[in-house]
Amino acid sequence: MDLRFTEDELAFRDEVRTFFREALPASIRENIVAGRHTTKEELVTWTRILHDKGWAVPHWPVEHGGTGWSPVKQYIYLEEMSQTPAPAPLAFGVNMVGPVIYTFGNEAQKSRFLPRIATLEDWWCQGFSEPGSGSDLASLKTRAVRDGDEYVVNGQKTWTTLAQYADWIFCLVRTDPDARKQSGISFLLIDMKTPGITVRPIQTIDGGVEVNEVFFDDVRVPVENLVGEENKGWNYAKFLLGNERVNIARVGVSKERIRRIKELAAHQRVGGERMIDQPEFREKVAAVEVRLKALEMTQLRVLAGEAKREKGTQDPASSILKIKGSEIQQATTELLMDVVGPYAMPYIPEDDIDGRNEPSIGPDWASTIAPAYFNTRKVSIYGGSNEIQKNIIAKAILGL
Amino acid sequence: MDFDLSEEQGMLKDSVERLLKDQYGFEARGKYRAGDTGFSEKMWNQYAELGLLALPFAEEDGGIGGGATETMIVMEAFGKALILEPYFASVILAGGVLRHAGNSEQKSTLIPGIADGSLRMAFACAEPQGRYDLFDVETTAKKNGDGWVIDGKKALVLHGDSAGKLIVSARTSGGSRDEDGISLFLVDGNAEGVSRHGYPTQDGLRAAEITLQSVKVGADALIGSEGGAWPVISRVSDEAVAALCAEAVGCFEKMHELTLDYLKTRSQFGTTIGSFQALQHRAVDMFVELEQSRSMTMYASMLATGDDPVERARAVSAAKVQIGESAKIIGREAIQLHGGVGMTMEYAIGHYFKRTTMIDILFGDANHHLKRLAQMDGLIREDA
Repeated sequence: MDLRFTEDELAFRDEVRTFFREALPASIRENIVAGRHTTKEELVTWTRILHDKGWAVPHWPVEHGGTGWSPVKQYIYLEEMSQTPAPAPLAFGVNMVGPVIYTFGNEAQKSRFLPRIATLEDWWCQGFSEPGSGSDLASLKTRAVRDGDEYVVNGQKTWTTLAQYADWIFCLVRTDPDARKQSGISFLLIDMKTPGITVRPIQTIDGGVEVNEVFFDDVRVPVENLVGEENKGWNYAKFLLGNERVNIARVGVSKERIRRIKELAAHQRVGGERMIDQPEFREKVAAVEVRLKALEMTQLRVLAGEAKREKGTQDPASSILKIKGSEIQQATTELLMDVVGPYAMPYIPEDDIDGRNEPSIGPDWASTIAPAYFNTRKVSIYGGSNEIQKNIIAKAILGL
Repeated sequence: MDFDLSEEQGMLKDSVERLLKDQYGFEARGKYRAGDTGFSEKMWNQYAELGLLALPFAEEDGGIGGGATETMIVMEAFGKALILEPYFASVILAGGVLRHAGNSEQKSTLIPGIADGSLRMAFACAEPQGRYDLFDVETTAKKNGDGWVIDGKKALVLHGDSAGKLIVSARTSGGSRDEDGISLFLVDGNAEGVSRHGYPTQDGLRAAEITLQSVKVGADALIGSEGGAWPVISRVSDEAVAALCAEAVGCFEKMHELTLDYLKTRSQFGTTIGSFQALQHRAVDMFVELEQSRSMTMYASMLATGDDPVERARAVSAAKVQIGESAKIIGREAIQLHGGVGMTMEYAIGHYFKRTTMIDILFGDANHHLKRLAQMDGLIREDA
């Protein structure tokens, strides 16, 4: 047992760190540091930079543009990216639908979709949740009825993240209403420009518009856009959600945020002294750091085990990553609230836009803090709520 | 990065676990505890036969040359069985002092005895007023001809009542809370002027308050340099914390296992109570704490033997915070999920709860280590 990075891994870390620092446009980095949302144009720019380097989809099979890196190197890559901080590649494409297509799709789908995912020429969004199907996802009702060479899709999806930018949506649809609920579901790829699709934004409590409702009204989808077999979509969805959990710990994001907290606390004065010099504040931060280090080590244990697991299967312990990762992300935004203090109050949604001319109210970083705190409540809800994760552990690991 | 045990490490783990599974059941433990010394001489000799008592010592000193991972494996197994023997006191603590500071003569006269089980030692490093600060030393050692005369009171000396020899920290210069000016001395357990008040601790192990009154020792009793013991004490203490973390993980594992067994067999309202979601989620909380503790223990074990004292201290303190917090969560959930039977002395779970609660206290509780970590700027800094 040796938990240190090898010489080779350390050299790799330096290589990616240097590349990210040099290749990321400063304005994109500054926007992230200031707590602003990354724009579509910024993410496309960054994805193209990664693609030119051959690093847009490192975890994919080599024949589809992957790098063949070990799981530990893939982890280092993601960690370094979030600590740069650079925007994460669009998960809906590279982590979700991409792996489903190269694992279960046919050759035509692979050659048609995969290259455009890697370059972000196609922006994908996820059509899973419905108003009546949240944690009980398999109860979904959106129908796809076969009509010649097409499916006719009717229904509604919700919580569709960044659907306003999307070119394509991957959907779970019910193709057999008579089967047991998991067995009648299919995995369908739908062009967002198809007539009959309506996107309605949902404003979240932070004031942002990340998520949407997507309505399908007699949307005609060619059968060639079915992934794998009809009525086997639930299996592909489980595979996809498992992949999602591996990247969900967000250790690097939380590390970067803790650095930011310490930096900001060095400039905040409380009772005549710097906040960072107050023992009780330092201890609150240190307590989160301990939990984060434990999470990082657990993440590495899961990754190291992954190399030995049967392909396509998931370590149920990865549910821990979701639970702890989300709790820690939330704890870091609570600490940010502690740091900012009263100037968390002004609600200035325009501060989310780079280059605004108005002088800021309070410190120029302050107005994005409370929205980040409110927004981060989502992380223990999405991707299978933490309570669902606990159900998974209870059943799959504890045998209860 | 590699989380696997080597073949030898795997064999070590199997052999310790097998020995304890065969001979250290909960009932056997009760009998061992009722004996004269409060533990089993027979088991002690078997640890010696297996080489466990020689494990961390260098081969040239009569040891086996095991590292942090080997110690972690053994301590975890000991935690699972909730052993009573003075392994931690004698091999980890006193043995640690000898490894890091003993001269060749001290090593060659003492280590073979520790390794074959004939000599048990204890480390008298804490004092009543010092709480968790091991540099808070009021016991004095004054020059007396070639040798020294020691006066003072040492607190909570683990297995100090039955140890053949003691290693005592005493001040040879400086003020009572100075890190400089502390020295370590080898003192015979029955030397004139040493009085030992032994007592059981909450977890069924033993400790002693030890008073030293004009205890005379020779020049050769000094271990390490005069006045320069603090780096040795803090290093041994850091390694000891890593070992305790591993023992706690063994305890946690067993607590989780016992609790799951109970959830799967205890029936109420016509069904096993493990079918209730409210209880399932609490069992999952225990599991998450167990795995996080295991992760931190690996991390601490890896860094506890490193030479950079600050990096070592950060890692060890972080792990001890995790273990202390997890001990509270796992302990309270284990007892709660067992219900009334968890409150009884005759059932195992409560004994694990008591041991892990004491482990939190030993060598600094979670609050102490959180403060220490925070003073060292935490784990995430600009440079790390």
